Amino acid sequence: MPELPEFETSRRGVLAVGAGGAVVASTPAIAAPSAVTRGAVPSSQVAFRVNGKAQALRLDPRTTLLDALREHLHLTGTKKGCDHGQCGACTVIVNGQRINSCLSLALQHEGDEITTIEGLGTPDNLHPMQAAFVKHDGFQCGYCTPGQICSAVGVLDEIRQGIPSHVQADISQAPQVTNMELRERMSGNICRCGAYSNIAEAMAEVAGAKA
Amino acid sequence: MKAFTYERAKDPVAAARAAARPGAKFLAGGTNLLDLMKIEIEAPTHLIDVQDLGFDKIEPTPDGGLRIGALVTNTAMAADQRVRRDYPLLTRATVAGASGQLRNKATTAGNLLQRTRCPYFYDPNMPCNKRKPGSGCGALGGYSRQLAVVGSSEACIATHPSDMAVAMRALDAVVETVNPQGRTRAIPIAEFHRLPGDTPHIETTLTAGELITAVTLPKPIGGTQIYEKVRDRASYAFAVVSVAAVIQSDGSGRVAVGGVAHKPWRVDAADAAMSRGAKAAAGELLAGAKPTQDNAFKIPLVERTLAGVMAQARAA
Ligand SMILES: Cc1cc2nc3c(=O)[nH]c(=O)nc-3n(C[C@H](O)[C@H](O)[C@H](O)COP(=O)(O)OP(=O)(O)OC[C@H]3O[C@@H](n4cnc5c(N)ncnc54)[C@H](O)[C@@H]3O)c2cc1C
Ligand code: SF4
Repeated sequence: MPELPEFETSRRGVLAVGAGGAVVASTPAIAAPSAVTRGAVPSSQVAFRVNGKAQALRLDPRTTLLDALREHLHLTGTKKGCDHGQCGACTVIVNGQRINSCLSLALQHEGDEITTIEGLGTPDNLHPMQAAFVKHDGFQCGYCTPGQICSAVGVLDEIRQGIPSHVQADISQAPQVTNMELRERMSGNICRCGAYSNIAEAMAEVAGAKA
Repeated sequence: MKAFTYERAKDPVAAARAAARPGAKFLAGGTNLLDLMKIEIEAPTHLIDVQDLGFDKIEPTPDGGLRIGALVTNTAMAADQRVRRDYPLLTRATVAGASGQLRNKATTAGNLLQRTRCPYFYDPNMPCNKRKPGSGCGALGGYSRQLAVVGSSEACIATHPSDMAVAMRALDAVVETVNPQGRTRAIPIAEFHRLPGDTPHIETTLTAGELITAVTLPKPIGGTQIYEKVRDRASYAFAVVSVAAVIQSDGSGRVAVGGVAHKPWRVDAADAAMSRGAKAAAGELLAGAKPTQDNAFKIPLVERTLAGVMAQARAA
């Protein structure tokens, strides 16, 4: 495929991309301010699956996974908080592991399987962690919540896999689902409203443990 | 972020050759490099993504040690049963760093090469010899609570922020590399990070394009292994100081300290003084220290943290 400058891509409005046969709405002008203000750069192609659906995108290489999800695929459930890996609002699950989507280029994720909050459950069919957050009031304003929920799902999986943590007394043993463990493992997700205790309760319920 | 081109390397030597060109940089997890690129403190024009090079394995070495691939994630390394059993210090230090989701992306090589957290380095309106050689050091006359107390220079008082690297220093790890000509070498971690001197922007002894392929750990040395990280929050904060110690049942041992210098800090005379107690060992570690008014507290803090570690080891 010939190299298209980003502005031309935008002007076309919709661009059909060959790989995977997916048709993807391209960037609205406001979504790529860097391309507009700094001039055209070559774009690159990437293909991955998001919430089970194949996606092929043609992007400015600077596009983070977070911006690809929000601005290009319009999956705005994943939130941009600090954009520097400090707050955890952008947490998504990639190949089964939670990561900060803001500190990853979309191009690093060729062939990856990505799950966002939209893929965990729907309003009519909530993921157990989403249902538990609702039941336990695991949020107030809700901005950090998609990241909290993706992270919480990742945490329970990491405990199941036996991945050790800082608060474990004995790292030769398998970790347990304790309140201390949940809090330590969730420390990369900041909640400005301070819903931490309720988040830990929601997680404990899903894990089938007492927090 | 400045514009760049991106490639996914398929061959280590070709990757090293590509990285030797001006403006090129390796990309591993991206958790430090992309962070710095967003504020244009790093502005590479070409990125070489090394994730497909196959350096994601942990294997035993012929002499009874362990070879950890450069691309092994911090999570995978900390969780490995051999690391937990034979080098618990490394697991402890690694899980004390960053957050769960960052450790899922952070790699062995990227962690060693992460750049300082000196606040003046991050502020483009301030002078910084590390960010802009010759511009001066904003931290020297500024607020230096977090910064180095030993091994610093008139040009820079930054610290190396890694937890993992402090454990690797205590364990005598060796950094394995390949250069653009295909030559490999093994760099003892003691010689890997540099002191700032007059050139704080040159942080390691790596040469242009040199690619880290693995870090090897020598045969396990047993002992009680403790990583104690003192920080302003109980989780998810960089160390104010940290102590990595391996203490044998007769009280002898070794110690490396984080948060005090431009590199993980270890001193032969301090190891030799371990059996004489924390005061003696910390005295050797920080001999010649030049703290600022703001960070002079780190001197007694290192001694007290080490005393606590020694007490834990005696109780173990
Ligand atoms: C909010 C936050 C909190 C953090 N807290 C801590 C903490 O408490 N303790 C701690 O230790 N760390 C902490 N970190 C830092 C984190 O550990 C590093 O960002 C991470 O280890 C870097 O690894 P990476 O693979 O993502 O590196 P990258 O960002 O991909 O690369 C870093 C550097 O290494 C170079 N590089 C990568 N691979 C190679 C290779 N194979 N050969 C040669 N050069 C290479 C790159 O060119 C780049 O210059 C924190 C980070 C964040 C964002
Ligand atoms: S201490 Fe080093 S990194 Fe910090 S401002 Fe001075 S020169 Fe820059």
